Amino acid sequence: MKILVCISHVPDTTSKINFTDNNTQFDTNGVQFVINPNDEFGLTRAMWFKEKQGATLHVVNVGGPETEPTLRKALAIGADEAIRVNATPTDGFFVAKQLAAVMQEGGYDLVIAGRESIDYNGGMVPGMLASITGANFVNTCISLEVDGNNAKAIREIDGGKETLSTTLPLVIGGQKGLVEESDLRIPNMRGIMQARQKPLKVVEAADAENTTQITGYEKPAPKGAVKMVDADNVEELINLLHNEAKVI
Amino acid sequence: MPVLVYTESEQGKFKKIALEATSYAKGVADMLGTTVTAVSINGGDASELGTYGASKVLQVSDSKLEQFNAKAYADAIAQAAQNESAKVVIISSSANAKFLAPLLAVQLNASYAPNVVALPEGTSPFVVKSNVFTNKAFAKAELKSDTKLIGLSKNAYGLKENPTTAATEDFSPSLSDADFSVKVESVDKVTGKATIADAEIVVSGGRGLKGPENWGMIEELAEVLGAATACSKPVSDMGWRPHGEHVGQTGKPVASNLYIAIGISGAIQHLAGISSSKVKVVINNDPEAPFFKAADYGIVGDAFEVVPKLIEKLKEFKANNA
Repeated sequence: MKILVCISHVPDTTSKINFTDNNTQFDTNGVQFVINPNDEFGLTRAMWFKEKQGATLHVVNVGGPETEPTLRKALAIGADEAIRVNATPTDGFFVAKQLAAVMQEGGYDLVIAGRESIDYNGGMVPGMLASITGANFVNTCISLEVDGNNAKAIREIDGGKETLSTTLPLVIGGQKGLVEESDLRIPNMRGIMQARQKPLKVVEAADAENTTQITGYEKPAPKGAVKMVDADNVEELINLLHNEAKVI
Repeated sequence: MPVLVYTESEQGKFKKIALEATSYAKGVADMLGTTVTAVSINGGDASELGTYGASKVLQVSDSKLEQFNAKAYADAIAQAAQNESAKVVIISSSANAKFLAPLLAVQLNASYAPNVVALPEGTSPFVVKSNVFTNKAFAKAELKSDTKLIGLSKNAYGLKENPTTAATEDFSPSLSDADFSVKVESVDKVTGKATIADAEIVVSGGRGLKGPENWGMIEELAEVLGAATACSKPVSDMGWRPHGEHVGQTGKPVASNLYIAIGISGAIQHLAGISSSKVKVVINNDPEAPFFKAADYGIVGDAFEVVPKLIEKLKEFKANNA
């Protein structure tokens, strides 16, 4: 089985979000970039397929040279090979078309992506990739087993979960549950050393147009001060929620 | 060329998010000088959609679509859009809508904007405002393709009545076996309990509750309020509560009317995930907890004393206001 894991290069979850150039550019100053958490759960599940089922594991990112340390980290965790599509990822449809070219070129059976990246929260690339390539698709995937050409997946739905069966080729949008937080791997020194020798291929972008164009950013309006209620006076809280906030 | 809205239903009744999406579609249609057509799959009473501005309802009744199937549903909605020559399609932000949206966008060759929070700023160019960076910012984006697909954030636009007579029409999309290549084997869903996605009120517990055995009062408070229960990331990581309850940046987003956080300090990732909720209440024994800066109402106190009192007083309140 050939697996491709899509890796988004995103600001760490603790990052302060600011903008420059008259609020048209994300300010990367002082921001630490990491593997998108949803992708990291997928990468860790992919390592299981590699180790237990002998799968080949490649990782891919659509981005500039600045994303290579993130790809190297994925190699240090255990991926065999990395591919960087040299393009600026500003539109989900564009990114999906790039990944589709990589998926078709490499003949991958299974593509594991995150349910969404924690920067733009688009949640569209995995589904678009599946739709463009004709692969099957399961979103918000919290469990995945593959047996030959057959796959069994569990997806999170509003208020529960759903068990699905399908066949390869398959694209999933994964999240926590694919593996547990405690299963995540921190690259060790041996992995980091090996990662330096592993191939990181840079490919040029396929021909595609952006379907959306971000014209600017805004920060939410500052919030008013909290209204404190005495712990001995919970009636007052009920009164405020009923008469002032009108939510109960 | 009407605006098309996909209106989700559950057990034959339209969901509130479907009515909100219809309200929004009417707003967009007014900007474009056109009307709203809804497409409903094994859905509820079409006149309810008329109340919120739909003047036509395409009703799909197909036993093969009894269970949600992203590919088949996307195909059905795409065919409805083509049937109506709709160039703007509105969907909600439910898990199912987000599942089918990218498939629909590819099929319609549409620009897709998820997590949209307001009516377009203009329709030429067509610019929408969306939540990004897990609610820490908004982005304005121009949708450049001829066809536009908009995913509306929950609770962002609200319900707006626009009484219209909705004409109904049966619609039978042609579906192939390929549409069902992902099969639903079983569904495990708690019925009769509010879900984080749909609930108006969410009651959430954190590490301050000390252990899973203390969740009884969280559940009781939720029951009194008709609320869904949720938890912070550490609580789900320690296995005190199921993953499905984890809310925050890497868990579920919460966009309820009221969010009550008990024993949750308010890590930046948690606050980001719940910030679309309209009113936030925090109960915590640490007055320095960061959550107090993000909340509307706060109580400094021991949850084990405050919550039982709150439950008791809420029961009295409910009895008097029933």
